[in-house]
Amino acid sequence: MKFTKLLATAAIALGLAGTAMAQDKTKVGFVYVGPVGDGGWTYEHNQGRLAVEEHFGDAVETVFVESVPEGPDAERVMTQMALDGASLIFTTSFGYMDPTINVAKKFPDVKFEHATGYKRADNVSTYSARFYEGRAIQGHIAGKMTESNIVGYIGSYPIPEVIRGINSAFIHARKANPDVQFKIVWAYTWFDPAKEADAAKVLIEQGADVILQHTDSTAPQAAAQSAGNVITFGQASDMSEYAPRPRVSSIIDNWAPYYIARTQAVIDGTWESTDTWDGIGPGMVGIGEITDAVPEDVKAEALALKDAIANGEYHPFTGPLNKQDGSAWLADGETADDGTLLGMNFYVEGIEGDIPQ
Amino acid sequence: MLTLEKRPQPSRLWTYLTPVVAVILTMLAGAVLFAFLGKDPVQSIRTIFWEPLFSEFAFYYRPQLLVKGAPLVLIAIGLSLGFRAGIWNIGAEGQYIIGAICGAGVGLAFYPMEAWFIFPLMVLAGALGGWAWAMIPALLKVRFGTNEILVSLMLVYVAEQLLASMSLGLLKNPEGFGFPGSRNLQQYPSAHNAELIAGSGMHWGVVSALVAVILAYILLNRHMLGFHIRLTGEAPRAARFAGVNPARLILFCLGTAGALAGLAGLFEVSGPSGQVSIDFNVGYGFTAIIVAFLGRLHPIGILLAGGLMALTYIGGEIAQSKLGLPAAAIQVFQGMLLFFLLAVDVTTNYRIRRVTREVA
Amino acid sequence: MDFGSINPILLLASLMVAATPLLLAAIGELVVERAGVLNLGVEGMMITGAICGFAIAVNTGSPIVGLVAAAAGGAALSLLFAVLTQFALANQVASGLSLTLFGLGLSALLGQGYQGIKPPPFPRVDIPLLSDIPVLGPILFRHDIVVYFGLALVAAVWWVLKNTRAGLILRAVGENHDAAHALGYKVVRIRILAIMFGGACAGLGGAYISLIRVPQWTEGMTAGIGWIALALVVFASWKPWRVMLGAYLFGGITVLQLNLQAAGVAIPVEYLAMSPYLITILVLVIMSADKSRAPAALGRSFHASQ
Repeated sequence: MKFTKLLATAAIALGLAGTAMAQDKTKVGFVYVGPVGDGGWTYEHNQGRLAVEEHFGDAVETVFVESVPEGPDAERVMTQMALDGASLIFTTSFGYMDPTINVAKKFPDVKFEHATGYKRADNVSTYSARFYEGRAIQGHIAGKMTESNIVGYIGSYPIPEVIRGINSAFIHARKANPDVQFKIVWAYTWFDPAKEADAAKVLIEQGADVILQHTDSTAPQAAAQSAGNVITFGQASDMSEYAPRPRVSSIIDNWAPYYIARTQAVIDGTWESTDTWDGIGPGMVGIGEITDAVPEDVKAEALALKDAIANGEYHPFTGPLNKQDGSAWLADGETADDGTLLGMNFYVEGIEGDIPQ
Repeated sequence: MLTLEKRPQPSRLWTYLTPVVAVILTMLAGAVLFAFLGKDPVQSIRTIFWEPLFSEFAFYYRPQLLVKGAPLVLIAIGLSLGFRAGIWNIGAEGQYIIGAICGAGVGLAFYPMEAWFIFPLMVLAGALGGWAWAMIPALLKVRFGTNEILVSLMLVYVAEQLLASMSLGLLKNPEGFGFPGSRNLQQYPSAHNAELIAGSGMHWGVVSALVAVILAYILLNRHMLGFHIRLTGEAPRAARFAGVNPARLILFCLGTAGALAGLAGLFEVSGPSGQVSIDFNVGYGFTAIIVAFLGRLHPIGILLAGGLMALTYIGGEIAQSKLGLPAAAIQVFQGMLLFFLLAVDVTTNYRIRRVTREVA
Repeated sequence: MDFGSINPILLLASLMVAATPLLLAAIGELVVERAGVLNLGVEGMMITGAICGFAIAVNTGSPIVGLVAAAAGGAALSLLFAVLTQFALANQVASGLSLTLFGLGLSALLGQGYQGIKPPPFPRVDIPLLSDIPVLGPILFRHDIVVYFGLALVAAVWWVLKNTRAGLILRAVGENHDAAHALGYKVVRIRILAIMFGGACAGLGGAYISLIRVPQWTEGMTAGIGWIALALVVFASWKPWRVMLGAYLFGGITVLQLNLQAAGVAIPVEYLAMSPYLITILVLVIMSADKSRAPAALGRSFHASQ
C-alpha cells in the first residue's frame, strides 16, 4: 500500500514537473460552484479572474470550470488543473474546503486559495470578505429610510455568515431608528429567482418597505420595483440596473485586488499561507453608489460610517451589546473577536424569532 | 416512404453497431456545435474522448473514470432488473440519498470510536435505507396498485428535503462552526471507504459495482428468477401462466434497486464525497436511468454505458478548463449523445424499409 | 408571532401568480399524458421557453411576442422528444430525462449575453369594475393576462377532453393505442400534436417566470418547477380542474410558509416543503380505489405493425 502510494505520488509529481517546465506563463485556475452567468456570487469571482487577465496580460493564463458540484467532482477538477500546470488555484465555495485540502496534499508545489473556509495548510490560504461591514451601512440607511418601521430580510441558510449580516444590519438599523423591527425569511437556497421573488413579495405584503437580501438573484429587486414604495440593496454585485430606486446602494464582492495580489505573489515567489478576512478598508467589500433616493443627510451619515469602518476607527460589533436572550455579550467599548464572529450562531438583543435549527 | 418493420429477432449486428454509430454522429454534431462556439472542433472532440484515456495524465483520469462510473453502474444495474420486468423505479436518486443518510448516520453515531465493525454496519445501514425507501412505492403498488413511477419520483423530493434537514440539523458537524454538513468521514478511519489501492480509484463501491454486474448477469441468464423477470417484461400474460407471482417480483425488483442505490449513496458519502451536505446528491440516480437504457438493460452494456457517461463528464471538465468551453456546451453535447443513442437504437429491433404508399 | 400581519387578500392574490407557471406547464403535460405519453422533459422545455421568450421580448420590445416565441421554442424542443419516441420508438423515460439535460444546456448557451438585462415591462390588466370589488377584486381581477389565459386554458382543455370528438380520440389513444389504431385514428400524429401542445405550454410557463414573475434571465432559473408540474399532473389524477387546485396547493405552500416565517412562526421549513409530495402520494393511494386511473397506455411505445 505504501509503495503504490509512493508510486502514484511520484507519477503525479513527474507529470507536474514535465508541464511546469514546458511553459513560461503562470497558470491560475478558478473553480466555480455556479455558472459564470449567475449574476451574483460566481459572476463576481469571474470578474476577479478577468481582472487578473487584464492586469497581467500575456504573463498569466487563467482557466476555470463552472458549475462544479461540491465533493469528488471538485477534487477532480482541482487535480486536473494542477496536473495541467496551474501554479495557483482559487476554489470559490465553502463546500470545496475538504477537497481543496486533499488536493493540496498531493501537490505541495501548487498554491491553493480557498474562499470562506477555515482549514489551512502550508500551501492553502483562506480568504473571505467582511460583508458584515457593508451590512452595517445598509442597516443604517434602512433604519433611516423605513416609514413602516419594518425591514424585511431574505436569508439563504441559517449559517454564521448570514446571521452575522443580519445582526450587523439590525444593530445599525436600531441605532438609526429605535422602533425598527426585522422580519426574517429563510429561503433555504442561495439562488432560486422565483422563490426569492416570492419571499420579497411576502415581506412587502406584510408591511416591509425595505428589503435586505442575502441571496444572489435580482428577483427581489424586481419585486420591490413593481411594488413601488420599497427600497432594496444590491447583493454580491452592484445590481445597478435597478438604481436609483428600488436599489439605493449595494454590497459588491470585489475579489479583483486580492486575486491580482496573490497572483503577483506567486510570480514573485513570495506567496505564503495566510488567512485573509478583509473588509471595506482594503477594498474587498465595495459599497455601491448611494443613489439620490436617499436624503442627503442620511447619505452623508452612511458615508461617514463607511469611512469610519474603512480606516478602522469603528467596528460594527462594538459593545455594549446583548445577545437575544438578554445575556451580556460585549461590554461597553469592547469589540467582537473574529472567532466569535466566524461561528456566530445567535441573534443580538431585539431581533424577534428563532434561528432555525 | 420509409417505414419500420419489426425484426423477428433483435439484430446482433446492429446491437453492436448502434453505439458506435451514435458516438460518431454525436462527434459530428458536436464538432459543428463547438465550431459554432468558436472552438477548434477536432481538438474539442479529442479532448473529451481521448484525453481522459490516453493523455499524459491518463494515470489520474483512468481511476477517476471508476470513481465517477461506479455509482452510475451500481444504480443502473438495480434499475435494469425492474425495467426489464416493466417495473419503473425512477426514484433512485431518493434511494441514493437515504442510503447515504442512513449509512453516514450509523457511522457518525459511533464517532469517535474506532472498530472494525463500523464500516460493515454502515454498508448494511446504507443498503437497508435505500431498500426501505424503495419499499414505499413497492408496497403501495402491491397493496393499492398505485403507479410506482410517480410515487418513486415524489419520494426523491421528500428525500432531498430530508437531506437538507439532516445537513442543517441532526447530522451537522458540531465542530463545523455552524456551517451545514456533517463531519467528514474521510477523516474517520473506521468509517472511511478509502481506496483499496492508493491511486487506483478502486474503492468498495467500484468493487460492488463489478460484483453487481456479474451477479446480475448470472441472475438473468442462469437463474429462474431472472427468467421470470425477463418473461414478465416480454410477455406478462405468459408469465402469469408460468406461475410468476407479480407481487413478489415487484418487491424483489424495487427492493434490489433500492438497496443498490442505497449502497451507491453510502459508498459515495463515506468515500469520494466524505460528508452529508445539502448538495450531496448530484443526479447519479437520474443519470443512471439513462445509463441503464444506453446499456440496453444488459449488465455488460450498462458497464460500458456507465464508462461512456463517466468519460463525457471527465472529458467535458478537461475541455472546460483547457479550451474554455462553457459547461452548458458540455451539457448539450451529452444531451446529443443520448439522443443519438436512443434514436439509432431503433435499428436493433426494427428494419427500416422503403415502401410504396398504399391506399388505406 | 403575529398572524395578524398576514394579509389573506394579498396572500391569495400572490398565490394566483405563484401558481401560474406551474399551472401552464402541468396542463400541457396533462394533455400529453392523456394521449398516453410520459414526457419527463418538462423542466428542459420550460427553461428553453424562458430564454426564448426573454430573448425575443428583449429584442422586439414586445413581451407578447416573447410569449409567443416561448411557446414556439418549447414546442420545437418537444418535437425532438416526439421524433425520438414516436418515430424511433425510444424509451420515453430516458428520452424525457435526456430532453431536460439538453434543454438546460441549450438554454444556458442561448442565454449568454442576456444576464442583467431587464425585459420590457408586462402590462397588468385591472379589469374595470370587477377589480374594484372589495376582497375579490384584488384577489381575482388585478393580474396580468397570462394568469387569466392559464385559467382559460384549463377550462378549454377540460371542455375539449370532455365534450369534443377530438378529446375523445385523444383519450382513446391514451387508453388503448392499438384499439384506436384499429379504428383508423392516426395514433402517432395525434401524439405528436399532444407532445407539441405540452411543449408550448411548458415554454409559456417558463417565459412567465423570466418575463413576468421574476423578471430576469439567469441560468437554471426555473429551479425545478418543471418537476413539480409533473407531480401536479399525478396529484390531479389527470383531471384539468384538479390541476388548478393542485397548482394552488403546491404554489400556495411555498407562499404560505414564507408568510408564516415572516410572521415569526417557527416552522420546520423542510418538512413543510416536502408536504406537497407526501400529499400527492396519499392522493395516489386514495385514487387507486377510485375509477380515475392513469391513462392505460401511459409510457408505452406504439408501433403499428405489432
